[in-house]
Amino acid sequence: MANHQPLDFEKNVARAINDKQLIKNIKSAMNTLVLKRKNIFSDAAETERLRTLGNATKSQALSKLPELLERLETKCTENGIQVHWAETIPEANQLVLDIMKSHGATRLVKGKSMVSEEMELNAYLQKHGIEALETDLGEFIIQLNHETPAHIIVPAIHKNRDQISKIFHDHIPGAPYTDNVDELNAIARKTLRQKFEKADVGLSGVNFAVAETGTLCLVENEGNGRMCTTVPGVHIALMGLEKVVEKLEDLPPMLRLLIGSATGQLITTYVNMITSPRKPGEKDGPKEVHLIILDNGRSKIYADPQRRKTLYCIRCGTCLSHCPVYNRIGGHAYGYIYPGPIGKILNPQVEGLEAAGVLATASSLCNACEEVCPVKIPIPELIRRIRNESYSKDPASMVAGHGYKSNWIESLVWKLWAIANTRPLINAAGIKVLGALGLKLPKVGPLKLWTRNRKAPELAPQSLHELVKHIGVDNE
Amino acid sequence: MSEQSRQRILARLAAGTRQASAPIPQPDPIPARTYSRTEKIEKLKTLMEAMRTEVHVTDAQNWIHKLEEILKKRKLKSLVYPPQTTLGGILESHWESAEGNLPQLIPYEKEIEDFKERLFTIDAGITSTAGAIADPGALILWPSEKEPRLMSLVPSIHIAILQADKIFSSFLEAMHKEKWSTKMPTNVVLISGPSKTADIEMTLAFGVHGPRELIVLIVET
Repeated sequence: MANHQPLDFEKNVARAINDKQLIKNIKSAMNTLVLKRKNIFSDAAETERLRTLGNATKSQALSKLPELLERLETKCTENGIQVHWAETIPEANQLVLDIMKSHGATRLVKGKSMVSEEMELNAYLQKHGIEALETDLGEFIIQLNHETPAHIIVPAIHKNRDQISKIFHDHIPGAPYTDNVDELNAIARKTLRQKFEKADVGLSGVNFAVAETGTLCLVENEGNGRMCTTVPGVHIALMGLEKVVEKLEDLPPMLRLLIGSATGQLITTYVNMITSPRKPGEKDGPKEVHLIILDNGRSKIYADPQRRKTLYCIRCGTCLSHCPVYNRIGGHAYGYIYPGPIGKILNPQVEGLEAAGVLATASSLCNACEEVCPVKIPIPELIRRIRNESYSKDPASMVAGHGYKSNWIESLVWKLWAIANTRPLINAAGIKVLGALGLKLPKVGPLKLWTRNRKAPELAPQSLHELVKHIGVDNE
Repeated sequence: MSEQSRQRILARLAAGTRQASAPIPQPDPIPARTYSRTEKIEKLKTLMEAMRTEVHVTDAQNWIHKLEEILKKRKLKSLVYPPQTTLGGILESHWESAEGNLPQLIPYEKEIEDFKERLFTIDAGITSTAGAIADPGALILWPSEKEPRLMSLVPSIHIAILQADKIFSSFLEAMHKEKWSTKMPTNVVLISGPSKTADIEMTLAFGVHGPRELIVLIVET
């Protein structure tokens, strides 16, 4: 991510936990999302079959990723969509700016796009004198309040209606103070309709890009995405390179998985499939459509067969909603655009372990994320991989910054542990000593931290081994 | 810049492709359910109504009267329609003979650049559909030269006319039967209800950017 401040995760967590309103807002919304998903996937056998299909569809597509991307490019080009490739965030930002400049454009309306958040595109464009306006209601709210999304799907969910009414009242000229949700909606509608009408360029993300037909598929409920991709004369679509699927017929099951997992609906209000710019004779739609394919570290993740599974992600956000850690700290504490379980494995791989490796520690490995993931990403397995790489000095390790946590004390402790546990006499002696010391272990270092909120581990005077011997069971 | 990046990205991915070792699972497609004609209408109606769509089942003789009733009830001032289509022709001739306060018919015949300001002030839009999907309930809109994309989006009310024999059981069935992969147009949209959001406290609210109301007339033949 561009110009990212060093992450003080511990401080962020402490701040979040103490923000009672934040935690209340997050928890109540997550409960709703979890229940809605449960209702829509009520048939366990069918859901399992669907997830297996989702997993196979993504792993097949990724197994031939370069070929599919080239096919997508060829098809899009045939259809009149201009395809651009960006290896890094500065390149992608520059591409957007160049397209804007080539039209002398100063006003951009944006549909929801996590890739644009990843690029910190709004700040970049504003620096260059371009108004980049979020139009998804949640994104609009947090943009007014100068915040980043707290959740991939429901970005302003950390705010309640009172807080939102204050944000509107403070930032939108003439907006009355109201905590009625319908009235708040109407304020946003009125403000943004004028913007849609006047915008020069519209920007969107891409949920699935179909290689077979060169079609960009976008899902949404509000209609702002359709506005952004239809009203202005130019449409720019941003996609991470992992978003390509092979065939059009991959869409129905993938959409069912994405939508059901994201919002607990059978289908969104709109499923928007865009295959070309305005053709001669057609009366609306953009005259130019640009597709920017962003790498930003993804191709490096791709190189490792285990880590590649990170790229299956379809950004439904359900791992966030189901995560006991996310539920207690919300999205901002993670310090990156992708929070929650997927963020714990994605950010460290993209940003390097020194910057973001700490995120992988924020997990109890309860497996909830893997159990609900619509494409079956083994998130806990990847969290363990990130944790291991944090200590690994092995030059074959592939995550940038591997071994950053490695230190001689810990290495020594583990060496001693290995010795103690492979030699029964030493093991027995060690346990005796620890048992005798019991609660008198000095509360320093890690033990001090550990006992801040917990009881110190109590070692029994006699080990299980001894007790078993004592009772006389010898058939171990 | 883009060309060099393209080559570097594709080269890295190609190298990565050779890394894959584990067997890759084959997708096992889930066959879509099929429904009878009556079931399809019923399912579509139920699912779309659950999304707060107003659905009327009518027939070839009566749909225009139903439409008239809907428009009059809402006291609409303007209705944008697609001229040069069968639907447009029927509306034009009916409007000539109709009595009472019907909204002014406004043809979508100019390019958006010359029509935008007017379009954003129109009360309602009426379109045909390329069919619908019973499960999950949604209309298929297949905009064209004659029936532009924004008719179903910008006005506050969208009225859609659906021929009952063009309801497919599933999305997959619609794609297969109509051979979508060989003829994708500029834009296809599935629409399951009026515009909505739950971005504030997960509270459902309708009409945030697109139409506040979606009205579907299913025409039995």
